[in-house]
Amino acid sequence: MDNNGANGDIVLEISGLQKSFGDYTVLEDIELEISKGETIVLLGKSGTGKSVILQCIIGLLIPTKGTIKVFGEEFTNLPEDKKNLIRRRIGFLFQSGALYDSMTVRQNLEFPVIRQPDYKKSDLTPKVEEALKNVSLSDAVDKMPSELSGGMKKRIALARTLMLDPEIILYDEPTTGLDPVTSNEISHLILEMQKKFNVTSLIVTHDIPCAKLVADRIIVLKEGKITAMGSYDELEKSEDEFVRGFFEFS
Amino acid sequence: MAADTKTSQLQDVKKFRFKFPESVESLFLKVAMLSVFALKCLKGIFRPPFEFVESLKQFYEIGYKSFGLIAITGFIIGLTLTLQSVPTLNKFGAESLVPSMVALAVILEIGPVISSLIFAGKIGSGIGAELGSMKVTEQISAMEVSGTNPFKYLVVTRVIATTLMLPLLVILADSIALFGGFIAVNLTNSTSLELFMINSFSSIDLKDIIPAVVKTFLFGFSIGVVGCYEGYNADRGTESVGIAANTAVVISSLLVILIDMVMVQLTSIIF
Repeated sequence: MDNNGANGDIVLEISGLQKSFGDYTVLEDIELEISKGETIVLLGKSGTGKSVILQCIIGLLIPTKGTIKVFGEEFTNLPEDKKNLIRRRIGFLFQSGALYDSMTVRQNLEFPVIRQPDYKKSDLTPKVEEALKNVSLSDAVDKMPSELSGGMKKRIALARTLMLDPEIILYDEPTTGLDPVTSNEISHLILEMQKKFNVTSLIVTHDIPCAKLVADRIIVLKEGKITAMGSYDELEKSEDEFVRGFFEFS
Repeated sequence: MAADTKTSQLQDVKKFRFKFPESVESLFLKVAMLSVFALKCLKGIFRPPFEFVESLKQFYEIGYKSFGLIAITGFIIGLTLTLQSVPTLNKFGAESLVPSMVALAVILEIGPVISSLIFAGKIGSGIGAELGSMKVTEQISAMEVSGTNPFKYLVVTRVIATTLMLPLLVILADSIALFGGFIAVNLTNSTSLELFMINSFSSIDLKDIIPAVVKTFLFGFSIGVVGCYEGYNADRGTESVGIAANTAVVISSLLVILIDMVMVQLTSIIF
């Protein structure tokens, strides 16, 4: 695979993306193409706009400039109902997990599915069981989010993301706040999900072992701009001190 | 030269152009945004898909769970109002008018307004805090990114519940207030419940009751809309949850008083 990821079907295309909050420009001139089945890791210091890219892709933030094409369709200017149709094909894993705290794990998993127009009631229970089995948490089905540990919450959030069979998954710091063992488990889980479901992934993380394990390409952001792009091995040997700095302590 | 004069005049006009203070501008902005939010709610109430199960849950949470508080409030209102009225009316030899006076005061004004203010305190703050907390912990965003409609699920269901439950609670509060009045009368005199109720309703007819009930639908709608608006638009950060809850109570209580004032004027024109 080359550095532009252009040898497969392009599922996500970002062109000239700029995002400003008032006078403060967070992202500037972001150009990125992601092919089907590819896994991209976004690295960068805190506050460089990594999560903002994910939020622009899913439509939680509106870009100041530029275009975002998802599955070949310009996403930014679509009306909300059409955006929702595309969102159903994209999964988003929040840093906090964002589980619905007034619902049990089962209700959390069922919530997005039962609101889809083509949902079948008979498929629901097997689907919940399968999703929980995928994240090795079948026993947690009737627990409340408050009864789960940080790592379990992330797993359940991943299971909820998988309920709609997404073609793209956006991960916002999936291992942040977890101990090294649990972080490693989550990283392997991400890898396993990619192999099993052939999803396209865009992962924001500071976790270099996780990046090494899952990334086809790594993108390094500096002050809101892409400063380097390449495989783990390429960037580890980069001549740019800033880029190399991310890999030195891993 | 003429152009220069015109530019100079324009600058003078701009210089003396009336400008609202920032706080007034933000007030107008808030009113506009609340109105848009309320309209979106109204549309959501009548447009499918409908969240029946969640609506029923909210009827229980908002209506049934407020029953105790509203009942106690109603009883105390009726009791104290009667206890305070009896000596005054006694002075004029109009003790027999106590039931009518209590019923008129409770059904037309005190019952709906006090119950709604109590409801705004309990439910308005609850909704503001709950949705604010969901916003801060990205639960609303999580609903949004899964292609579902959090506005329908969280806002419309709660607004329907407050709009339909408050009138029922007010009717309940009014009934219990009249019973409180009956108890108060019996502390000093003796009368039967039947006679007390007959006297109570002797000076009230349907044209008194209908506007009093209609305005409670508006109170309920405004309490629901304001609570949801404040929670749904809370900023990031835990502090904003408290602010959302607090602002929801302040604005919805103020709106109850304002709507009451407008409805009293309208009622006097129409009936």
